[in-house]
Amino acid sequence: MSDDHHHPRDVSPIEARVHALEELLVEKGYLAHADIDNFIQYYEHDIGPLNGAKVVARAWVDPAYKERLLAAGTAAIDELGFGGPEGEHLVVVENTDEVHHVVVCTLCSCYPWPVLGLPPEWYKSAPYRSRVVREPRAVLAEMGCDVPDGVRIEVWDSSAEARYLVLPQRPAGTENLDEEALAALVTRDHMIGVAR
Amino acid sequence: MDGIHDLGGREGFGAIDVEAPLFAEDWERRAMALTMASFLLGHNNGGQFRHSIERMAPVHYLTTRYYEHWFTGTATRLVEAGMIDLAELEERAGGRVPLSRPVVAEADEQPPVPAEDLAVGDRVRVRHWHPRGHSRCPWYVKGKRGTVVRLDPAASLPDLEAHTHDRRNEVQACVRFAATELWGPTADAGAGVHVDLWASYLTKEDG
Repeated sequence: MSDDHHHPRDVSPIEARVHALEELLVEKGYLAHADIDNFIQYYEHDIGPLNGAKVVARAWVDPAYKERLLAAGTAAIDELGFGGPEGEHLVVVENTDEVHHVVVCTLCSCYPWPVLGLPPEWYKSAPYRSRVVREPRAVLAEMGCDVPDGVRIEVWDSSAEARYLVLPQRPAGTENLDEEALAALVTRDHMIGVAR
Repeated sequence: MDGIHDLGGREGFGAIDVEAPLFAEDWERRAMALTMASFLLGHNNGGQFRHSIERMAPVHYLTTRYYEHWFTGTATRLVEAGMIDLAELEERAGGRVPLSRPVVAEADEQPPVPAEDLAVGDRVRVRHWHPRGHSRCPWYVKGKRGTVVRLDPAASLPDLEAHTHDRRNEVQACVRFAATELWGPTADAGAGVHVDLWASYLTKEDG
């Protein structure tokens, strides 16, 4: 990518710092600009919640797959061709009429990249990370996710190697939809557990 | 370290901004990719990188967008590894480049010996262990009791990986804590919080 691409009118200090580091690493031969562009392509465009949605839809239509998914997430997700960094140990937790699951990383921003892509800004923010382990029901309500009173909430703090994916409940009235149409109903927020 | 990054249960941060964009400006995208790419250089492991962000000055950490954390950690690690020179970077950037604070972990501060033979269903208590270096035990479960609900395969203990050439593979236990154990009687009575903890962080409770 050409130099002038990185020099808009008003360059903020952080923008200048990032640019300086990239130029320095390229000049010293550690990296090429194309490496940076390739990582942007992969993390911003090639992976994303569409992958997770396919996993969920498969679990909704195929009970044997769902059983494998809940027993050993990484292997079952690999069956659909998804894996890679931050996907080495995937654990899938299932929402039911009795329980609602929600995922966080209080220490940093751990997240199942191969099935959800990069985490949204709010997931990495101080308000979400501090509050969801302490007042999950209030946080979910604030985010527009009303968990009925009788439904228990279980929070999962991704503090070690496991990365979590929530398997939402299949919506009522979707008996006639095929797998592709079902996948289109599943959002990133369902799979983090901030939508139900 | 009991750093600013260890945010679980802290109060006063206010509303969650669900509209905040993943990348508000292009430098954030490049800082993300620069960090990912720099991992290929082999000067950094996951524990070292996470700790480089934990060592950011608290005010810097709390007042910057997320990918400035990655940039700061990445630049800090490259300078610490001797791969780039801070003066050279600052000259290029046309001003100061604030890095993270230095490592203060004590060389003899070894993690405890893990509890033996953890099993699903065990009652455990999290150790009151407060190392000055990198660790993956959130403050809000220290000293608290919970139940092992899943055991994950042995993995390298980050506390050692971030500071030494030693490696110790330990089982990781997913421990469920009742919300009331963590936050007292006003917490949601039925709710639970699961935290994944290396065996070193735990002791077994009787009964």
